[in-house]
Amino acid sequence: MDAISLMESAANGALIGLMYSLVAMGIVLIYKSSSVPNLAQGSMTMLAAYVVLAFANSAGAPIWAAISLAIITMFIIGLAIERVALRRLAGRPIIMILMMTLGLEIFLRAGSMTIWGGTTRPMNLGISDAPLFLGPLLINRAYAFGAVVTIAMFGFFVMFFRSRVGVVLRAISDDYTAAWSVGISVERGVALSWAMSAVVATIAGVLWSSVQGVDQSLAQLLLKGVTVAVLGGLDSIGGALLAGVLLGVVEGIASSVLDPLLGGASRDLVDAAMLILTILIRPHGLFGRHDIERV
Amino acid sequence: MLFRQAGIFHADYSADRALFPIPADRWMIGILLLLALAAPIYMNTLYLSSYLLPWLIWTAGALGLNLILGWAGQFHLGYAAVMGIGAYAAVHATRAGIPWEIAIVLAGITASVIGSVFAFAALRVKGLYLALSTLALQFVMDWTISHVPAISGGTQATLQAPDIRLLGRAVTSDAGLYYVALVWCVLVTSFMLNLRRTALGRALVAVREKDYAAAVIGVNSFYFKLVAFATSSFIGGVSGAILIGTFYHAVTPEQFSVDVSIQALAMVIVGGLGSIIGSYFGAAFILLMPGVMNSFISWATTKFGFSLGIETLAHLPQAFYGALIIGFLLIEPLGLGKIYNNIRDYLLVWPFGYTKK
Repeated sequence: MDAISLMESAANGALIGLMYSLVAMGIVLIYKSSSVPNLAQGSMTMLAAYVVLAFANSAGAPIWAAISLAIITMFIIGLAIERVALRRLAGRPIIMILMMTLGLEIFLRAGSMTIWGGTTRPMNLGISDAPLFLGPLLINRAYAFGAVVTIAMFGFFVMFFRSRVGVVLRAISDDYTAAWSVGISVERGVALSWAMSAVVATIAGVLWSSVQGVDQSLAQLLLKGVTVAVLGGLDSIGGALLAGVLLGVVEGIASSVLDPLLGGASRDLVDAAMLILTILIRPHGLFGRHDIERV
Repeated sequence: MLFRQAGIFHADYSADRALFPIPADRWMIGILLLLALAAPIYMNTLYLSSYLLPWLIWTAGALGLNLILGWAGQFHLGYAAVMGIGAYAAVHATRAGIPWEIAIVLAGITASVIGSVFAFAALRVKGLYLALSTLALQFVMDWTISHVPAISGGTQATLQAPDIRLLGRAVTSDAGLYYVALVWCVLVTSFMLNLRRTALGRALVAVREKDYAAAVIGVNSFYFKLVAFATSSFIGGVSGAILIGTFYHAVTPEQFSVDVSIQALAMVIVGGLGSIIGSYFGAAFILLMPGVMNSFISWATTKFGFSLGIETLAHLPQAFYGALIIGFLLIEPLGLGKIYNNIRDYLLVWPFGYTKK
């Protein structure tokens, strides 16, 4: 294993990690506003990719129009999920809420497979396959594009949380009773955060399916998303960004070192190990608030 | 009506604390046990070995999960991994020549040790973080089982389980296998029924309700959580071993994947948290639902003359199953067990409904 190829896997890992951050951002957005850990983020990503394909193939829209239509559709789906499934569970034990998001995960995943079928379909964003060299390192263009979009989204959220609506959401995540008492509609804020998270899921779905095609495996991004979100601190968007890079680099290097030793598929093991270690050593993550209850 | 409560006066504490204080319940349990014992006589072997047998074993498994989820209130997303540990331990033990009776106890102990070592680490955090770390356990276990040839017998391998031998005699008939499952299910059920009346059960409930409050009244919540993890892992491990021994007859890593964990969780949620009869209902519901759903769809397609793609048919039961979890959580969070209890409470005082508290 020479230094160049290690650096190459680290650099590509960092770009992939940024794309994981996009999934994690959706989880963070919802957790920040309502303390609901959304285990359905992976299947929302998958559903969004199928919706984009449905607009592009059946309605014949060009891909950019299809993506915009899908963003609008997912915004509404996000609102609907919150209104129908989660609002009535507010204040219930965490077991019920976790089980609800798991139920949503199964329902959305199997539902989109029922409607659109499980064969892998390509999504072509028009990114060229030509090699991209950064100094001596060979970089995958699709990952680079995804990373740029992720950073752009992060910039958008930085701006957004300084706007009026963003301040309202921050107030809700700070203390929802206090937000209520000064006349902020907490329900509307939570619904908005679900809708935004569904939009983030759409963007993540498009980027990931341009890399690996549209199929059921998009839902497995959940494990990566959860790991990144916990590592970064469940209520920190910037944390999700940095944790994504960190996880991506560790994964890239570990898999290029460990795969020959262990016979492949060490990525999931690295994820699970990172998740367990984070929870054991620093459950509030890198940038989360220090109010996790310990036994 | 059926459950006549009038005229039953408990004159001493032991009568009041009996498992089934109402005679109708005792009669019902007796009749059900007789029916279960006689099942091989009146039941088709196909139904016996492909519906009744897995139902009983999964009920035992679901009861084990209910112990940790419903009684101790700790989320466990890696229950299938625990069952898998038990299954592999039992298969390897019997292949090494250890008698089956000892092998399943070994399976339970192995599952219990690994499950609680893990819980020992995970119990430093609670709620969401416990759920996520048990999920990670599931992934680590999946990976370990499928990537260590000494356990799984190689990548993509299936390990044949030797025939069950009880006291030196091979049990191969359908009825024999069914009785093995029945005995295990009855054992677990009576353990769980009695748990409610013991100090352990009450301590677990105290920990579930509020661990600070439990600590204030002198219940060591960490200790009892650990006991709950160990006990439920033991039940899970033995259930996994019996599932392999009597139903699958061979063991592969996919039988204990994360989907199976979620299925076990669904059994407990649909059945009702902390409800014993609910675990029976939940296991039956989740196990039978895909079959019923498929036959309903094929009936509907011929009746109304439309046809569905093969992929739609394959995924529709799964989607329905997700919808079912959502529906139960929204409409009856305490599940089928609560519905049963509502009916029973209604019948207890029928026709004088106004006497209900």
